[in-house]
This record gives sequence, C-alpha cells and structure tokens, in this order.
Amino acid sequence: MERILLGHGAGGKLMHNLIKEMFVKAFGNPALNRLDDGAVIRMSSGERIACSTDSYVVDPVFFRGGDIGRLSVCGTVNDLSMCGARPLFITLALIIEEGFPVSDLERISLSAAKTAAEAGVKVVTGDLKVVPKGKVDKIFTNTSGIGTVKKGVDVSGSNAGPGDSVILSGFMGDHEIAVLSGRAGFDLSVKIKSDCQPLNKIVQKILCLPEAVRCLRDPTRGGLATTLNEICVSSNAGMEIDEALVPVRSAVRSACGMLGFDPFYLANEGKFAAIVKEKYAGRILRIIRAEKEGRDAAVIGRVVNTHRGEVILRTRSGGRRILGMLAGEQLPRIC
Amino acid sequence: MKYISEFYDKRIAAGLSGAIKKIAPARELNFMDVCGTHTMSIAREGIKDLLPANINLISGPGCPVCVTPDEDIDRVIGISGQKNTTIVTFGDMLKVPGTRSSLEKERGKGADVRIVISPLDALEICAKNSNRKIVFFAVGFETTSPGIAAAVAEAARRKIKNLFVYSSCKLIPPAMEALLKNRKVKIDGFICPGHVSTIIGSSAYEFIPREFGIPCVIAGFEPLDILQSVYMLLKQIREKRKKVEIQYKRCVAEEGNPVARKILSKVFRPSDAVWRGLGKIPRSGLVLRKEYKKFDAGSRAFPPRSISGRDLALPLRRVGRLVAKGAPNNEAKASNPKCRCGDVLCGIITPDKCGMFGGKCTPESPVGPCMVSSEGTCAAAFKYRHTSNVIRRTF
Amino acid sequence: MCLGIPVRIKKIMGEKALAESDGIQKEINLVFVPEAREGDYVLLHAGFAIQVINEEEAMKTLKILREIAEAEK
Repeated sequence: MERILLGHGAGGKLMHNLIKEMFVKAFGNPALNRLDDGAVIRMSSGERIACSTDSYVVDPVFFRGGDIGRLSVCGTVNDLSMCGARPLFITLALIIEEGFPVSDLERISLSAAKTAAEAGVKVVTGDLKVVPKGKVDKIFTNTSGIGTVKKGVDVSGSNAGPGDSVILSGFMGDHEIAVLSGRAGFDLSVKIKSDCQPLNKIVQKILCLPEAVRCLRDPTRGGLATTLNEICVSSNAGMEIDEALVPVRSAVRSACGMLGFDPFYLANEGKFAAIVKEKYAGRILRIIRAEKEGRDAAVIGRVVNTHRGEVILRTRSGGRRILGMLAGEQLPRIC
Repeated sequence: MKYISEFYDKRIAAGLSGAIKKIAPARELNFMDVCGTHTMSIAREGIKDLLPANINLISGPGCPVCVTPDEDIDRVIGISGQKNTTIVTFGDMLKVPGTRSSLEKERGKGADVRIVISPLDALEICAKNSNRKIVFFAVGFETTSPGIAAAVAEAARRKIKNLFVYSSCKLIPPAMEALLKNRKVKIDGFICPGHVSTIIGSSAYEFIPREFGIPCVIAGFEPLDILQSVYMLLKQIREKRKKVEIQYKRCVAEEGNPVARKILSKVFRPSDAVWRGLGKIPRSGLVLRKEYKKFDAGSRAFPPRSISGRDLALPLRRVGRLVAKGAPNNEAKASNPKCRCGDVLCGIITPDKCGMFGGKCTPESPVGPCMVSSEGTCAAAFKYRHTSNVIRRTF
Repeated sequence: MCLGIPVRIKKIMGEKALAESDGIQKEINLVFVPEAREGDYVLLHAGFAIQVINEEEAMKTLKILREIAEAEK
C-alpha cells in the first residue's frame, strides 16, 4: 500500500491494521497497546489518571443537533468516560482555514463552552493556527483531556467475560445520518438530529456499581458492529447479538435504504455500549434508562466463550450470521 | 417501514422454513440467484440457516460491478488522468481493482473521482463545472440503465456539452442463457432478479423453462420474499411444472415497465460485451445509439494514458478484435492468475474454494472484484460468513 | 442488482416529486411512472421511481405467506 486512503480513517479494519502495524510498532507500551479509547495510567502516588485525544474534521461544520465545537468537547469527554474516568480538564486546538467567517468561529467557540459547562469540565489550554485557503477544509480541531479513575473501577475493552450482558444506551445512527443529510449530493431532508452529547454524568451513575461494569465503549466511526468486534478481539471472547433488540429509528432505516448504508456501521456521538456482569444487568439498565441520555437503552445480547473474536447476529428473520467489522469506508451504493 | 417490515416477520419466516422442509425432496438442489442484492440479502439475513441442508443457494453473475472486465476499469482510470476530466460513478465502483489500480487509489493520487447516487446528479456536476469533461462510468443492469438513458436524454435536451458516458451496462437474460449453455454448474431453479424484472417483466425469462426445463421464480428482496420464492421453486419441482412465476407481484407486472424500456431503447442499443468469468456474450451489453454518439466516452475522443510506464492505450481496433475473439477470462489472467472470480461468478465454485479467499484476498486487501464489490459473492461470504463450529453449515 | 426502497409520493411537481419514507424526504424523478399519483407508493432506485407498488398484490402476498405459516403450526 503506497498511499493513505479515506478508508484508513473510517474506523474499520483498514484503520486498525494501520494503527497496529505503524503506530503500535513505533510507540508500543502497555498503556497504548490496550488500544482503548483513552489510556489509564497509575501515578507514583497510586492514583490513576486517564488521558485521551481526538481530532475533529466533520463536514458540514454545523449540522442538525450540533456543530464541530460541541462535537470536540463531547468526543474527548466521552472517550475519558469510556475508560471509567471522571473527565476534568480539556485542551482545545484549532486549525482554521484563511477566510473562515469570524461569526462562525464565535458560534463554534460558544457551543464548545456551553458543552463544557454542561459536562462540568474546564477548557484549560489551547492552540490556534491559521493556514492559507485550501490547506484545511474550513476548520479542524483537536481536544485532549485528563480525568481521574476512582478506586475499584476497572473498565477496559479486554475485560468482557462469558455470560456478561451487552447493553446499548439508545438509538443507533442518528449522528451520521444528521451529518450526511447536510452534505451536498445526499439531498435528504431529515428531521433527525445528531445525538452528540456528553456521557460522563450517566457513566458516573453506573460506575456507582463499579464491580458490575466490565467495559464501556462508544460506537463512533465504524459503528456498533466495529465496536463490538473490537471488544471481542481484545477480550478474546465471542458475542451473540439479537438484531430485533438493537434500537434504530425507522427514519434512520429509511435513510439507510435510500443511500445503501447499514445502520450497524453508522457513527454515533452520544451513545455507549456497556458490558456488565449478568447479575447486575437489570439494575444497570434501570439506572441508564432513568437518565435522559439513556431513555431507549436495551439489553441487546451477551458475551459467550464460543466463536471467540467474533460477533454472531440473530437476524430479524431468525437466521444467524456473522456481524463483521467495517472494512474500509462505507460508501453509498445502488446495488 | 411500509412494504419492508411486514416481509421479515420472524414467525412467518419460521413457518415458511417448516413448509420448505416438508416439500423439499431428498436430493441436492441448486437454486441460483443472478442478482448481487439477492446474494447480499440471503447472506445478511442468514437465510441458509432456515433451509434444509440439501438446498444450495448459489450466486451467479448478478453483480454488475464484479462482471465488469479489467479492461473497462483500466480505460476509465486512463481517462481519469486526462486534463480537466472528472470521473463520476456509483460508490459501488470505487474500490474495484483493474489490472494495476482502482478509482479509489487514483483519487488518492489526485484524480477527480466523484460518487453519485443517481445518474441525474452527473448533470448537476456538468452544470457546475462547465470547463471540465464529466465522464460518467455507467455500470448496471436493466434496473439502472433506464435511469442512465433518461439522464443522457435530458443532457441532449438541455444541450449539455460536457457530459460523457462510458457504458459498461449489461443485460441479464443473455448471461443466464450463456450460463445454461456452458453447463459447468447444475442449476435446478433460478431465483430471478426482482428489480431487473420490474423493468423487463416475466417474458424475458420464458426461454429458460421452455428450452432448458428449469423453473424460475421472480423474487423480492426481503427474507420472506426469498423464502417464499424457494418454496415456489420446490412446489414447481414437486408438481413437475416448469414455468416463470412471479413472487414479487407487488412490484413486478408480467409486462414489466414499457415506459422505462422505451426510454432505454431510445438511447441505447444492445451490443456484444465481455463479462468477467463468462467471456464475450452476444448482445448482452448496451452502447449509445449513433444519435447520442457525442456523449460516448468509449470512442476515440478518449485514448487512455499509460499507467506506470506500461501502455494501456489499446487501439480501439485491437479491443474490437479481442472482443470478437471472445477473450474468455483474459482479463482475469492479466491480473492475478490465482484469482478465481470468473469461476465464482458462474457458480462453479463457492468463495471458500478459492485458494486466496480470506487469506490473500479479504475486503481490506481484495484481489478480485467479487471481494471488493459491496455485493460481490466473496464479499458476502466473507462479511456474513458462518463459523463452522457454531452453525451447522459454512457458506 | 439492485437496491430499491418503497417511498410514498407526497407532492408531484411535473416530472419530479417529493417522496418520503418514515420522515425522510427526497426529491425523485417520475419519468418512468407517468401514472403515479400523490399518495402512491413507488419503488425508488438511483433517484428514479421504477414502478408503482401494487398495494392489492402486497396484501395478497402477505395473506398467502400467513396462510403457509399457519399451516405449519
């Protein structure tokens, strides 16, 4: 492979392979090698801190239900939450294209500030670069964050064990459809809003039962299917998922039908999957459903010790087949 | 979703599964689909789980992307390298490998390649880029080609000067005939393509039961449609009837869609075409009629440039001779001699029997189009494969 | 081939129409279905309606399917 393809950034197998073969190879260390959404590091004091980073290149910059500012804060707040950490401090770096409207920049900045306040985190430092027209597409951002992990909390992609329940916090695909419908060439008029929201508060609630929660992941790029596969590979376990139990709005299904997309591979920015010990599943589900971010949560399957590393789906019509990871980028198709 | 959700009811599926098991004979039967969307539906829904072990659902050359020969992809890649030229195509075509490269890779190197969902979108791109040649790489069967014809007719009406069409459009019934004549695989029934049939109707398949004694059922795409179609084929076999039946009656009329066919034949005419895996099939492709020749990107106006020093600019005369000789599988050999896409496309082998399946050839690093196409037989098998120790049968 | 989804015609504007499915709206081309009316369901493929969906046949098919399934109980 000579050149980077768009598929390398899509969150699926191409990206995973690149990360393993280039970056893990170059930088490998125990914290990085776990390839969780963030790194949890034990300090010499004994306290554990988590840190995470993410970059945002969403197009369009403003979409139904959010914008790049809100997304930038939520992304890192959520990555830290998925490590079991309480997010405290965020950095915000911006790379802006020459000619970008100042009023848009202000709108983005205010949105980021509002989201940070909503999440209870502080933006403590940042960076600003401006590049000539055409060198970036309007505005790209990066946020990094630091949080602390409470004693007793042990949340990682490699913790899933046979018998555990798989809980999903709500509807799949809203964010990606909301973003796509704003792009030229898709021409879909939809009332779907991005689900972009901070998840730290709802996660803190379920971590009040730290012994129950084995793994937390938010299905962003690559979608739910990719996320569940990552967990299976990291944990060396299998999963059985019931398609009929996975919440997808009918409007999202229709949009997928029109574009030739599959809801299992759509990005979400305000949902998470929780792998919990079976005996706590009912309680955890009730806690999640009591919060506005988790009203539509459901148990969608379980972890098993057969077909390790793979997710098997019970389909809507009662058949069974493998639910694989996203390969490259998901392209609209007519066939 | 109306007209969709009713057709994947689990309980009805279980009932159909039981009914199928009751009327299935003991011997092995091969039912072939010739539509990539059927291949995908069958795989995605795990339909084979609901059928008895002796009923094999095999895939034929139903993926228009997979049957596009290397030479077409190479020529379009060549065109992409010309000045002020934009290639416009369906997302399905982006990753398909030609001899050396793909449109996706060329885009990575700076070629202007854009995806559209409808051929009409190409007209908008023409209007917004009047200084560029917009070349639409047209791939599809009879479901899609009327839309391409309508777009060309509209371009003519609007006097658009910068639209060009490279047609790799093909017709399904001639391919079915070629498959039956080459007799390399035993076919006991056809699951006929539902959406192609909304256009061509049922009479297009009449030659199959009449000349070859094989039953046909025109099927929809939801799980219950496919299960009912299998049931209908088994009923025909049991009752020793051989005819063309329509399962997908809510969308397919016997006469098809005459309006669509009229527009199609106004702009295109059938011509011989090379299919990967099947070689040259007479009157199985579509070329622009001479009234629309000015839109034709397959003509001398677009000589391909050379790629990596090797001159791919086959003079059109030589291409013509290759086609006339019926270069069967030449294109497969030109790429990778171990690639067995040609045999997979004819249903001669299942994907797992190709030595490269899952090893050298995977969706992330595909060797042949059956793996790279979103609805290729190998892609479906890989993406939706059963692990043999969980479910009783592999693909 | 090929992806086609049923959509309902909300409003006809000459050869084009605004179609919707579960709240998603899209402009589509009706050149192949001149007989289509507002309120009809059509099969959408690559931006074109390629057939009007026959509601009566849909009901008949469902009835047959249910009968086959009932017979298995």
